[in-house]
Amino acid sequence: MAEDFLRIAELVKTFGSTTVVKGVDLGFEKGEFVSLLGPSGCGKTTILRMIAGFERPTSGQIIVEGKDITDLSPNQRKIGMVFQAYALFPNMNVEDNIGFGLKIAGTGREQRRARVEEMLKLIGLSGFGKRYPFELSGGQQQRVALARALAPSPRMLLLDEPLSALDAKIRVSLREQIREIQRELGITTVFVTHDQEEALSISDRIVVMNAGHVEQFGAPFEIYNRPKTKFVATFVGTLNTLNARVVDASRKTVAIGSAEAQIPSLPEGISSGEMVALTMRPEAVSLANGAARDIVLDGTVSEVAFLGSVIRLKVDLGGNVVSLDTFNDQRTPPPAHGSQVRVGIASSDVLVLDN
Amino acid sequence: MKSSRLWSWIVFGIGALYFLVPLIATFEFSLKIRRGTYSFDAYANVFSDGRFQSAFSYSLIVGLATIVVGILIVVPAAYYVRLRAPQLRPIIEFVTLLPLIIPAIILVFGYIRMYNTSSILPLLGSNFGSDVLLTLAYVALALPYLYRAVDTGLRTIDVQTLTEAANILGANQWTIITRVIFPNIIVAVLSGAFLTLAIVIGEFTIASLLNRQVFGVYMQNVGANRAYEPSALAIVSFIVTWGAMGMIQLLARFAPKTARKD
Repeated sequence: MAEDFLRIAELVKTFGSTTVVKGVDLGFEKGEFVSLLGPSGCGKTTILRMIAGFERPTSGQIIVEGKDITDLSPNQRKIGMVFQAYALFPNMNVEDNIGFGLKIAGTGREQRRARVEEMLKLIGLSGFGKRYPFELSGGQQQRVALARALAPSPRMLLLDEPLSALDAKIRVSLREQIREIQRELGITTVFVTHDQEEALSISDRIVVMNAGHVEQFGAPFEIYNRPKTKFVATFVGTLNTLNARVVDASRKTVAIGSAEAQIPSLPEGISSGEMVALTMRPEAVSLANGAARDIVLDGTVSEVAFLGSVIRLKVDLGGNVVSLDTFNDQRTPPPAHGSQVRVGIASSDVLVLDN
Repeated sequence: MKSSRLWSWIVFGIGALYFLVPLIATFEFSLKIRRGTYSFDAYANVFSDGRFQSAFSYSLIVGLATIVVGILIVVPAAYYVRLRAPQLRPIIEFVTLLPLIIPAIILVFGYIRMYNTSSILPLLGSNFGSDVLLTLAYVALALPYLYRAVDTGLRTIDVQTLTEAANILGANQWTIITRVIFPNIIVAVLSGAFLTLAIVIGEFTIASLLNRQVFGVYMQNVGANRAYEPSALAIVSFIVTWGAMGMIQLLARFAPKTARKD
């Protein structure tokens, strides 16, 4: 097995009597784009700050390319970082901001100018070199911050919620640009976010964190479709839960209201008569006329949300409320609030999660 | 609404008269050295006096030294407190306010007791030592103003993130303070510096008891022996002080360029 480019070994961080990172162990490959995803206070930013060197781990190691960097100060780590609050130096223009790291490293004037020019081109801001940060929009400032982090050719890039201060449209276009630049340069990147859509859309792999530990580490497809814990399933994407009673544990059949179905994912060791929570994504539920949906249930539409290309319905199945998405069709209006519908669920899409 | 405006103007007018009448009277008196006619002779006498020149230039030099030493102490201290020890802020603020609470006379008697010729550190035994002591005493006097000016400057920037951003780009602490933090609070630092200069130019108590011939001491000497020249000196001192204040206002205009974050 190839050696990890960045290895976080048994990392623990304690502030006073609170342990915010509880023995995290992770390995990232070279050139990979990894997101640390989780709610506020889960320890994701603390991990990033420990990689940067701004926080000293209480115990554990941070190893880059086989070398332990845990005790190095931030200015010796050769890591680039982009902050949520841009953190451009207000007294310097764009050129000087981007060239700051190169100047510190003692790069010659000509070489520095060429590199700054190259970076400005990369972020699509050629001609903005003489402007001051306060003359730029939020999105432009963050692009300059990205260029400044990349200019000294760091071995790794850390992004600390760089998009959260921007408005929705710019957020989407900038995240695409960040990913494009990251791919072009092949730089190993660690991205911290609490926005699951952001993490799913740009990452090679995602670390889902909760309360200081890793819940799951995997590719977006895997995290979304095969969540290992209830936390991951509920935090990433929307999850429907149906309460069911096990009818015959050996045949894996359950009763949901009056309907009965066979659930292949029903875990071993469950006994007949026990209550289980069946979970599924909204896209696993459809308005039933489909052939592949073997569980068919009747319900009442309790909410209709028109989201543009998609319409999200909430259907009350006699106590259990499920969300489902249908594509907008100009010729067929969505079912009205209160109307009776029949929904279909493919039993193969149903997950039974441990708590 | 209208009558309240009128009242504000009346109050403003009374306040202005309270300040301006003595000033105008002093100025007018300073011009009356010749009987029956106005002249600037009193000013000419003052400016041509060798003791004025030496006292004024000495005050300026001590003022500049006070500013340099004050900045070297206050900027790193205020920066450190903001960045690493915010819990110390109330204590530091209290310490910086002490010179306003403790009268200068007490401060200087303390100095004389601590640094006299028979002490471990006999600063008062030499002229240079006394100059150093005077400068340090002025640094203490200027502390409330300088610290507050610098701290206000630091409040306008995100000290922690800027420090971290520079640090991860390879900068050490010295580079961060000199190239990133200081240029962004220069306007605040300079306004503190001019305030310090204004205080030093007018100071009398400490300099007199340390036997230093500063501008304030010269003014007192002249006042005891002459009639018109003290008024001329008061006007000169006023112009210097207000000139320094004017510079602060002028500098404030340059602030927006560096102070904006977003």
